[in-house]
Amino acid sequence: MFTAWIELRIGSLDIEVGVDAADGETVALLGPNGAGKTTILRAIAGLLAIDRGRIEVDGLALDDPAAGVFVPTADRPIGVVFQDYLLFPRMSALDNVAFGLRARGLAKPAARAAAAGWLDRFGLAEHAANRPRALSGGQSQRVALARALATSPRLLLLDEPLAALDARTRVQVRTSLRRHLATFGGARILVTHDPVDAMVLADRLIVVEDGRVIQSGTVSEVARHPRSRYVAELVGVNLLHGTAAGPHLVRLESGSELVVADPVPGDEVVVAVRPQAVAVYREKPAGSPRNVWPATVCDVEVDRDRVRVQLDGPVPLVAEVTPGALAELELVPGTLVWATVKAVELSAYTQ
Amino acid sequence: MTSGSANRARARPPWLLLALGTVAVAFLVMPFLALLQRTPWSGLGELVGRPVVTDALRLSLLTSLAATGAALVLGTPLAWLLARQRFPGRSAVRAVVLLPMVLPPVVGGAALLFAFGRRGLLGESVYDQTGLLLPYSAWGVIVANTFVAMPFLIITVEAGLRSMDRRYEDAAATLGASQWTVFRRITLPMVAPSIVAGAVLCWARALGEFGATVTFAGNLQGRTQTMPLAVFLALESGDRQAAIALSLLLIMVSLAVLVPMRDRWLGA
Repeated sequence: MFTAWIELRIGSLDIEVGVDAADGETVALLGPNGAGKTTILRAIAGLLAIDRGRIEVDGLALDDPAAGVFVPTADRPIGVVFQDYLLFPRMSALDNVAFGLRARGLAKPAARAAAAGWLDRFGLAEHAANRPRALSGGQSQRVALARALATSPRLLLLDEPLAALDARTRVQVRTSLRRHLATFGGARILVTHDPVDAMVLADRLIVVEDGRVIQSGTVSEVARHPRSRYVAELVGVNLLHGTAAGPHLVRLESGSELVVADPVPGDEVVVAVRPQAVAVYREKPAGSPRNVWPATVCDVEVDRDRVRVQLDGPVPLVAEVTPGALAELELVPGTLVWATVKAVELSAYTQ
Repeated sequence: MTSGSANRARARPPWLLLALGTVAVAFLVMPFLALLQRTPWSGLGELVGRPVVTDALRLSLLTSLAATGAALVLGTPLAWLLARQRFPGRSAVRAVVLLPMVLPPVVGGAALLFAFGRRGLLGESVYDQTGLLLPYSAWGVIVANTFVAMPFLIITVEAGLRSMDRRYEDAAATLGASQWTVFRRITLPMVAPSIVAGAVLCWARALGEFGATVTFAGNLQGRTQTMPLAVFLALESGDRQAAIALSLLLIMVSLAVLVPMRDRWLGA
């Protein structure tokens, strides 16, 4: 159980936020870049001291300036998966995972044996001797997660755990991260600027802008009543409910089928489609893109440099296009178009 | 990283840069050519074998390496304090650290005498208690070398510490590592290239040390007469051939260390 009220001023950033997470719960701190998310995470980890407020884990104060309490980073029961993972470059994957146990006084053989167990659990046994340089992005992330969990923390912090990955591996790693997170019994705080990460990985959202919580609640609560332009973009992420119809095939309620890049993880799944990933054409595209559907434009919403186009049809979608494309395609309500999405852009996850 | 320049299309460099660069090379190489031209090649073996030369070489290598060792042991922690800790007077400390680099070494030598000499601030009581006298001993040479050369190590290592990605230290702390463990297992390995570069610069400076050594430690063959002092004495006493032999030896020793190090540590 983790609760915190954090007041902190650093440079021009002025933070005043409340964050909490129950055991077994993943809470996403979602916000645009520069909103103060990483600073909040650093304060929780003890890498920054707060000005006012209180940070506690399992009822134990870690930082409470009014009471004169400040527990140093090394003594907090908190594991962190950093952005870029920060695996120690001169140590093998095994020694990276063993590092925390060694630092906490475990003898080398015991620490290494425990680390080997973690790597095995995360499917990394054959990479134990590799240096971080020889690991892929997804493998690095799992090593970082194993390293953070090896010291048995009560709270796990993840700072943009998917930002370092390319689009192709991202979808795949997101699914495996979700699975691995589920094995950790403590509270989890996930910092991300990506709504899809938050929706796939988190049970609850805390939306932060300019150092303040502007909205919090479950994914569907926040999506139903967005309170800012940034939150409104969450709504724009298309969530399509369907069932597994093949290893890479999802059948939607309308009967249409979606091809996704990675194996469909379960029977009942949700597919997240970014509006930016939806391409709109007047003619049926040449070649053979698998995910192509006829659609009718039912609404066009111009917002400065972006245009959101609501499409109706067998697969209802919101697409985001440039004003140039809007003019070129002459999109108005009622226009008949073709919508396509690359399989690589699609992630299916179980709810 | 290095392939970028290799792949770039070859264009003729601007003539002004080419001309000035050529002058610079000529200026640096000319003295060495003159030295080689005057070298008495036939008698070189005999010259190099003379006790005055072998004594100086042995003493120079010993004291410069000892000074580098002392600078590593004392200078690396100071570099860490300067780069990682906030304390009152930090900028004053940094200025004092740089002072020996700017000061004429003779002044440094005189200051060392006032501190560690027979009647020095610290030297007097040390002498009275233990009978140990730093000036006019090989220890004095090491002290003078360390005083003059350690700043090169400190600023190089401090720069390395400052440019290092400190988030690795943060990561180690979140894993429960104490500051000492972080320093030993994360920081030191990551700044190792800077430490080696700093040690090489420090050693090179110590090997060439003249002013502070002659002022503080004197010029006694076999005890405090290092290579640079021996060269100077040979020139002064008109033994030009010995001076040339000593100089050649010094150049060879320097090249033997600097050439393999240059690309690896001082280059990129």
